[in-house]
Amino acid sequence: MVAPVHALAEGSSLAVLDVSKHFPAQDEASGPTHALDNVSLSVAPGELVSLVGPSGCGKSTLLRLIAGLDKPDAGKLQVGSETINAPSAERGLVFQDPNLFPWLTVRRNIEAGLVARGVLHEKRGEADEFMRLVGLETFARAYPHHLSGGMAQRVALARALINHPKVLLLDEPLGALDAFTRMRMQDEVLRLWEARGTTMLLVTHDIDEAIYMSDRIVIMTPRPGRIEHTIAIELERPRQRDSAAFLRFRSEILQMLHFTGRAPA
Amino acid sequence: MCPIIAGAILLLCAWQLITSGFRLLPLPYFPSPAGVWQSLINDRSVLLESTWSSLKLLLSGYALGVAIALVTGVCIGWYPVARYWGMPLLKIVGPIPATAWVPLAMILLSPSYSAVGLVALAVWFPVTMLTISGIANTRASYLDVARTLGASQSYLIFRVAIPAALPNIFIGLFMGLGTSFLTLIVAETVGVKSGLGWYVGWAQGWAEYGKVYAALVIMAAFFSSIMTILFKVRDRVLVWQKGTIKW
Repeated sequence: MVAPVHALAEGSSLAVLDVSKHFPAQDEASGPTHALDNVSLSVAPGELVSLVGPSGCGKSTLLRLIAGLDKPDAGKLQVGSETINAPSAERGLVFQDPNLFPWLTVRRNIEAGLVARGVLHEKRGEADEFMRLVGLETFARAYPHHLSGGMAQRVALARALINHPKVLLLDEPLGALDAFTRMRMQDEVLRLWEARGTTMLLVTHDIDEAIYMSDRIVIMTPRPGRIEHTIAIELERPRQRDSAAFLRFRSEILQMLHFTGRAPA
Repeated sequence: MCPIIAGAILLLCAWQLITSGFRLLPLPYFPSPAGVWQSLINDRSVLLESTWSSLKLLLSGYALGVAIALVTGVCIGWYPVARYWGMPLLKIVGPIPATAWVPLAMILLSPSYSAVGLVALAVWFPVTMLTISGIANTRASYLDVARTLGASQSYLIFRVAIPAALPNIFIGLFMGLGTSFLTLIVAETVGVKSGLGWYVGWAQGWAEYGKVYAALVIMAAFFSSIMTILFKVRDRVLVWQKGTIKW
């Protein structure tokens, strides 16, 4: 495995132990939804892992559990040696929709985590640092409705990173961007990851994105949500999207998801 | 010249012609613009005093009503327990027009205080309702994001739910302002011995219709200035919505 070189090592290990989660039936006819069924996953500090799979395989549910926004019905989740039981600034979350607070300027959005933790006075300088990091200094006083999709998502990343999370959870963060912006943003996220050494868990529908970015890809299947395969992507970064090795991973994953067009073996 | 100003002048001329020119409308009920202007000048000190008195009652009632409405609205919108007990009460008591409480208010309080109380009541209901809906409809993902940023309960209420509810709250403030004008004039007409509402009744009692119209002119200027100020405040507070609001 190619060990990533991080400038900092802010990341922490993450363990998902035999976690199950189901949601009550929507109506009489359908039974409860088994969003996750006995899922176990362990992520090393500073590792970048992607979760790939069709809709309904429980990727987003798993992310919400790790964030502490929902509680598992069975099993345990841990960051380092601490059990997760509530949301915390240690575990940042970025959605597909940037969800910037529209009533705050770009700068105030980025500072939100500092205000929420009551450390704005000591750490005001960090807001500048993170605005530079995502290249948005000139937009400090703009309101979110003035930003393009890519810019808004950069603000959302900076807002999550300012708390120096041990784990950063990314729920299809680039899903709504056009193809070119998306590829640029992939590099941007990798740059932030390499700079901070944050452990990252990325949910994506895009197999190329998963291969391009991750150390490891976790493939999930729906009903009930389960982990089907795990593939280590042992390629040097920056990766060539058209290299033979890249394309081999691609076809391997498509095969696992039964999307090659051939009848499943 | 702007067409609208020309139009206004034309209208005044027509009014002057119909009343004092051709004497088409019966006096003293329909004085000419010049007559109204005369009353305005002659009675300016009483009118000024009345306006000032109305302004004091209106602003204290409005401020009181808004302050209470924000507290009740945020509580009912945020806490399920407050919603369970508060909502039925609100649905039953709220729709009663504030003016229907006039007899009761006159017994319980001095005229001025009862006017303030009635205006407050008139403002309280719409502002509370709109605050509740704004708070309760805060996008869940804003709250989720805030939680993962380390937000406490008070951050979620004061820095997420309330800002998110502000556009709604302003709709309530505008609705409340309209009902508060109405309530104030009614309260002044039936109880309070000062203010523009009282002045209209008093002038009518002396059959001085010039003064009645003069008071109406003042009311128009007075209420529309207050409305304009509220619009300015809204534009200031909701600057982050610029380009997305259309009213």
